[in-house]
Amino acid sequence: MAELLQFVFSGLTVGAIYALVALGFTLIYKASDIINFAQGEFVMLGGMTTVFVTLAGVPLPIAALIAIIATTAIGLALHRLAIEPARGASPVALIMITIGASIFLRGFAQIIFDRRFHSLPPLFGSDPIKFGGAAILPQSLVVLASAVVIVTLLWLFIDRTLLGKAVLATAANRLAARLIGIDTRRIVDFSFAVSAAIGAVAGVLITPIALTSYDVGILLALKGFAAAMLGGIGSALGAVVGGLLIGLFEAFAAGYLSSNYKDAVAFLIILIVLVSIPQGLFGRAKIERV
Amino acid sequence: MIILQTDRLSVAFGGVRAIDGVNLAIESGQVYSVIGPNGSGKTTLFNLVSGIYTPDDGSIRLAGEMVTGLTPDQLARRGLSRTFQNLQIFSRMSVLENVMVGRHRHERTGIFADLLHWPSVARQNEATSKAALAALARVGLADSAGRPAGSLAYGALKRLEIARAVASDPTLLLLDEPAAGCNPVETEEIDGLIRSIVRDGITVVLVEHDMRLVMNISDRVHVLANGRTLAEGTPEQVRSDAAVVEAYLGVHGSQEAVCAFD
Amino acid sequence: MRTLLEIRLLPALAVAAIVIVLPYFFPSAYYFRIGALVYIFALAVVGLNLLMGFAGQVSLGHAGFLGIGAYSVVIGPVYFGLPSWLCVFVGATVSGAVAFLVGRPILRLKGHYLAVATLGFGLLVAIVLTNEAGWTGGPDGMSVPRLALFNWQVRGSDAWYWIAGTTLVGGFVLALNLMESPTGRALQAIHDSEIAALVLGIDVARKKLTIFVISAMYASVAGSYLALFNGHVTPDVAGFLRSIELVAMVVLGGMGSIVGSLVGAAVLVVLPQVLTIFHEYEQTLLGLILMVFMIFLRRGIVPSLAATFAGRRR
Repeated sequence: MAELLQFVFSGLTVGAIYALVALGFTLIYKASDIINFAQGEFVMLGGMTTVFVTLAGVPLPIAALIAIIATTAIGLALHRLAIEPARGASPVALIMITIGASIFLRGFAQIIFDRRFHSLPPLFGSDPIKFGGAAILPQSLVVLASAVVIVTLLWLFIDRTLLGKAVLATAANRLAARLIGIDTRRIVDFSFAVSAAIGAVAGVLITPIALTSYDVGILLALKGFAAAMLGGIGSALGAVVGGLLIGLFEAFAAGYLSSNYKDAVAFLIILIVLVSIPQGLFGRAKIERV
Repeated sequence: MIILQTDRLSVAFGGVRAIDGVNLAIESGQVYSVIGPNGSGKTTLFNLVSGIYTPDDGSIRLAGEMVTGLTPDQLARRGLSRTFQNLQIFSRMSVLENVMVGRHRHERTGIFADLLHWPSVARQNEATSKAALAALARVGLADSAGRPAGSLAYGALKRLEIARAVASDPTLLLLDEPAAGCNPVETEEIDGLIRSIVRDGITVVLVEHDMRLVMNISDRVHVLANGRTLAEGTPEQVRSDAAVVEAYLGVHGSQEAVCAFD
Repeated sequence: MRTLLEIRLLPALAVAAIVIVLPYFFPSAYYFRIGALVYIFALAVVGLNLLMGFAGQVSLGHAGFLGIGAYSVVIGPVYFGLPSWLCVFVGATVSGAVAFLVGRPILRLKGHYLAVATLGFGLLVAIVLTNEAGWTGGPDGMSVPRLALFNWQVRGSDAWYWIAGTTLVGGFVLALNLMESPTGRALQAIHDSEIAALVLGIDVARKKLTIFVISAMYASVAGSYLALFNGHVTPDVAGFLRSIELVAMVVLGGMGSIVGSLVGAAVLVVLPQVLTIFHEYEQTLLGLILMVFMIFLRRGIVPSLAATFAGRRR
């Protein structure tokens, strides 16, 4: 029982990160129909930038803020410089552009930072809290709490503000949105910026637990994408549920089966979901009209 | 012989009954037209008959054989062919190659022969090319054979799709708005083309908005409204059916219908 | 009939000419090595091009088949005592079988769903190769027994230059044949309009599976050659970066252009050699190339050049 609980804790913690990555995917997908593979790099950049800025002597909170702002700027640049010019390209072409961007950012990080693993000091110390025979790190609670806060804020924003409505409108029908005066380009800018920010925050929060390095982005992107697919791409609730589920499956697989194949879980799930319920748990199936 | 028969055919999309209990009984060798206002379900009916949609209810028989739920390629192998309202041209291939693809179900080479380019493949390419050229000549596009299909004008593309569909030697041909966007001269050409196709023994089912063409060329007309049959009969019967005239041909349409018989 | 033959196989003849003539310009044995690598990768790219450029599908995990081919020539000889040359065929068969099994469910998907499914597949292969250390030697890989043909130990870049070059010409011939055949027309049709292809009686699912299997076998042979040539293999051969490199080669050379396959492979193999000093910039450059080409030069080098020349002639 204690063991199960331990797996649940670690699964939920890493699942919260996957949920945030998945949320970023979903936001961009809803606003522009694009799958952004560079999503994982936002998390990496958030963590690595914070590390290196603190190494330069800047206090942690400021460093984190700088990292988040810088990553947000990179997200915007990604949209303006790489995605916008290719508007109208096929979905596969756009995926390849974002994959190219992801590899580019990875290579870039390798050069400006380095190839080693880095950590950050946790917010509330590293003494684990005992609970039901299992131990949970205070940082894990921070991660979980932050995920809840971010999801709530995002939901409130989409539901209660005019800009949020504009995002929904753009997601539903771009042309119609433009016809009623919404600047869809700014909306997509916004979605990239917010996704990058969410990713960066996730990166800063998870580094004390899972460490960071220049190449954590790819796996995160893929697992976040698996989470989004599982939950149903286009569904924010699905992204969160998907992320937590993948985190849990991974933890159980690592604990009860083999920790070597931990990473395979997410990919197996992708394949199973795509083949059986491509629209995911909360998504809607598309009907093709000829 | 009844070549196409549907029995209480129905399909719904998200609560909207696009086709509701439609019965068809089409004799072979005829020109059979399906008309009705936009949204009445004409193209949905075509999509059901050609296997693109699966009906929720009812059945479809092709030349007596139960074919409900078969896929489009399975139906094609049973002699069904169709054109599309929004052209589905292979725009990257040449005009000739487009029609050559139409011959696919008659081609008899396997993957190994194709990879190694056995003599049988060269012979097959030759035969297919000849048949395709003949089909192009019928629709008046033989001169454009080598051009990329994407470079043709709209009217020519409609004829290309017909050539491609005819090249597969169907017994039943569904034409989805063949005269859409055509001027009167082009429509006249389409009229002649359809007549020559029927003379070759192919049954033609037509979805059309051009009332003149429909009244001129059809042996029987089926009127759809809101997914249901409103009327069915000869062109004269349909155009004088009060309900049809009032609701669907409209003032303009009924005048056209009268003119078509002058 | 004679003229038709020439036109169809012209690119293969051109490649054969290049393979034969190029060594006269090689200042040292090192260049044979580069040439061999270019031809090996070009072989995989031809297969991928048939799948992506010609048939319009996508595979972001194609290095998985490269990996199966590569490890076949290790596992076969080391654990089963099979001769290396036989293992090249065995690897291709295994890759074909895997492609058949995996392709059946996932080729029903389109667009980004298919892209991600193939990505997942490639990653799974890499993970299995990394973890099953008992068979594969784990993350550090294994060394590959040299190819032996009739008591002749094949070693040396020049031997591999000729082997890879000849195989590439053969691969070109098969691909060019395919493109001008009923199957080829059916595949192109599927690319342009799947629904029209269906309606004309083409068994779309079966055709897609066929080309997926064929392209997997191309990659497998290339992977086997790579392992035999290098003498060593690691799970990276099946990794994500490798898959993306292959896609980049297709994109660079020109999607659907068989000749472009050679160009794309040449650029992405030669470039890191030229920039050996800047080895760390490899990923940055790869990402940049992919982005730039997909944004501005989506057709790729060869089709773009062909279009400019066609324009000038008029």
